[in-house]
Amino acid sequence: MSEYIIKNGFVFDPLLGIKGEKKDIGVKDGKIVDASEVKKGKVIDASGKTVMAGGVDIHTHCVGPKVNIGRLMRPEDKLFRSRVKEGNTRVQMGFAVPSTFATGYEYARMGYVYANEAAMPPLDSPHIHEEIRDTPIIDISAMPVLGNNWFQLEYLKNKEFDNNAAYTAWLLNATKGFGIKCVNPGGSEAWGWGMNCTTIHDPVPYFDITPAEIIKGQMQTNEELGLPHSLHIHPNNIGNPGNYETTLDTLKLAEGVKTNNKFGRDQVLHNTHLQFHSYDGTGWGDFCSASQQVMDYVNKQKNISFDLGCVTFDETTTMTADGPFEYHLQMLNHLKWANSDVELETSSGIVPYVYDPKIKVCDIQWAIGLELALLAKDHMRCHLTTDHPNAGPFFRYPRIIKWLMSKKSRDSLLHSFKWADKVIDATILESLDRELNLYEIAQMTRAGTAKCLGISDMYGSLREGTNANIAIYNINPEDMPSDPELIEKAFAETAYTIKDGVIVVENGKVVATTPNYTVWTHVRVPDNPIVDHDIREKFAKYYTVGLENYMVFDEHVHNPRAIEVDTTA
Amino acid sequence: MSTVTITAKGTHELYLEAYNVTPDAFAGKTAVEIAEIECHEGNLKSKLGEYFDIEGNGGATAAETTIVVRGDCKKIKRIGQQMTAGEVIVESDCDMYTAGWMKGGKVHVKGNVDSFCGIGMEGGEFIVDGDAQNHVGSAYRGDWRGMKGGLIHVKGNAGSDIATFMRGGKIIIDGDAFIHVATHAEGGTVIIKGSVESRVGGQMVKGDVYVYKGIKYMMPGFKYVDDVDAEVEGETAKFAHYIGDLGERHPKRKGEIVYGNIYLKK
Repeated sequence: MSEYIIKNGFVFDPLLGIKGEKKDIGVKDGKIVDASEVKKGKVIDASGKTVMAGGVDIHTHCVGPKVNIGRLMRPEDKLFRSRVKEGNTRVQMGFAVPSTFATGYEYARMGYVYANEAAMPPLDSPHIHEEIRDTPIIDISAMPVLGNNWFQLEYLKNKEFDNNAAYTAWLLNATKGFGIKCVNPGGSEAWGWGMNCTTIHDPVPYFDITPAEIIKGQMQTNEELGLPHSLHIHPNNIGNPGNYETTLDTLKLAEGVKTNNKFGRDQVLHNTHLQFHSYDGTGWGDFCSASQQVMDYVNKQKNISFDLGCVTFDETTTMTADGPFEYHLQMLNHLKWANSDVELETSSGIVPYVYDPKIKVCDIQWAIGLELALLAKDHMRCHLTTDHPNAGPFFRYPRIIKWLMSKKSRDSLLHSFKWADKVIDATILESLDRELNLYEIAQMTRAGTAKCLGISDMYGSLREGTNANIAIYNINPEDMPSDPELIEKAFAETAYTIKDGVIVVENGKVVATTPNYTVWTHVRVPDNPIVDHDIREKFAKYYTVGLENYMVFDEHVHNPRAIEVDTTA
Repeated sequence: MSTVTITAKGTHELYLEAYNVTPDAFAGKTAVEIAEIECHEGNLKSKLGEYFDIEGNGGATAAETTIVVRGDCKKIKRIGQQMTAGEVIVESDCDMYTAGWMKGGKVHVKGNVDSFCGIGMEGGEFIVDGDAQNHVGSAYRGDWRGMKGGLIHVKGNAGSDIATFMRGGKIIIDGDAFIHVATHAEGGTVIIKGSVESRVGGQMVKGDVYVYKGIKYMMPGFKYVDDVDAEVEGETAKFAHYIGDLGERHPKRKGEIVYGNIYLKK
């Protein structure tokens, strides 16, 4: 394999504590090595440029059945909005929900090498794995959606934590999943009865368990197994004015819970797209930001992390396993709606949505997303996402970086709103002078995400011996551009993206692809005949598929890269 | 005002995607430069000069440019697509997507047009002397934003799915239409001077449909309310007034519920 030496770049690697020092990075046989070990090979001149590890996205919806339904139900998403085929790439289609090829290339252009698909309906996991295979360049992991799963609801209600752990381990192995995702705990099951759970104390119909019990039980299971990532939660009551109280109630459940893992992860709970959960007010009329209340709590709790879910003012396609929420959204905007029940496991819904800067609520949502990042004290626990495609497409990350790094750019947008005065009254964004630096951006986009996912030994760092995943950006930390647009451009089109030692992007153009990998967690647990029996019984009684057909076949899993967890020792 | 006359050579085997035959693309260009403008035959990229003899130069702006298209255009699509100003006169029949997503100016087709013509129109004028096929002035597949403004006038008959998701503007069909008129409409006016087979105003929220020679099968979601005198295109006549679609949501304005209206000439 080829060798490179990346010379004179300003290196940002929060996992190694490197804060923009000039440092040469060597690449040999697809791994990062000390620069002195590279004797021959190409020199990449990175002088005046920023060098970071390849980006790691902690929460995105880029593969799987609901993503695909989003593509199918929105042919207009492709009309006049698809990128033209370039060089040796495949055809790229779609905007808010791009095709698999467009997704892989677009991530690579931004310097990302890893994406965590945040919602895999277990029953549909083969579809996820097929799309992972078709997505070029980036490595992908997928988290099975639990939290409304009949097995878990029953085990947790009966406080059978060992059984719940054994079942969870079985499911991760059966679906080649990465960790535990929990969406609207209890609420998506209640949706099957035409109901919802909007607080953590609403009982789930029939199962008679509360969301609080589900969340606590899942955290316990996660730490009992010692999984690489923590429980990844989309709390109850998403998107409703006044919901920050539910969010705080949810986060407080993590108090006193201790981590147990060998992956260097510190948190026991990751709250995803926190923007959608930080709303104050009693209705859309007095809707306002609760970012201060939420961040006051998050900043002092060391064992929780979150990602933003920033609104980007795009025409997008919302999709979530939170079925009742999508029904609610469709009743607001009257656009087309897809709804699905995944038997025994979860639900989902899809609705197009236009975040229009002329609408006050959208502007306030936009401000809240940025406020959360600007109020955060530890960006290792605060991650950049748009909950792609829910608050905006992932390829707007560079635009969010621009807003976070430049008060000028966010203020000029804030003051251009039709309802600017009302938006300023309802938010605190205007009073926040903070401008994030490149080190904090590196924390939010690779180091922190890799650490919280528990994969920092493989991704998110330029440590010698790790896979050579490197992003080189056209931005000089000693001479930051005065035009904020140049920040956005630099992060949208890398000078180079290197994936596993291969230059895949050069000057913003995809020049090559490399094999991508499926990252999953292989969990060994002691034999548990009760759970084995329960699984056989549920499949015989309720599932429409046979147990043998449910488990993902090995040939479905593309280039597996298993993380080993053994609780039997 | 400058006129560019382009004459189709009729040499292409596949359908020609002539999305750049617009005053916007021709403005400020000489005949030689116009010949270099991109088009597609099937999925092969090509140049307009391969398919047309081009005479005359474009005007300084789109508004000052008139394009006359001669020759057989039956297999030429997308003439006038997304144009904002100026005029296009087509002296023959033409294929699908003529005047699609038009924002301004005028397109006049002296023959017939195929389907999807005037789709997603926002402004301007589109006149067809002959017949039109399906999806006149409708929304793009999947889109909820159909025709928003402008005028479409088909002097012959039209097919099915006229004005789907219409939000504004006016469509006049001098002849008959078949099924699905103003489905999902949220505004705009459709005037059909002939008859319609059925399914007018399905899931219609707002907007007006005038039909002169009867609807064979009325949708069950529409209810007769009264007879009204209305002025349509300068003529006053008596119409039976129906409101609907009663199965669909309807907004309120000044305390009154707004319905879609069908007016049947008495």
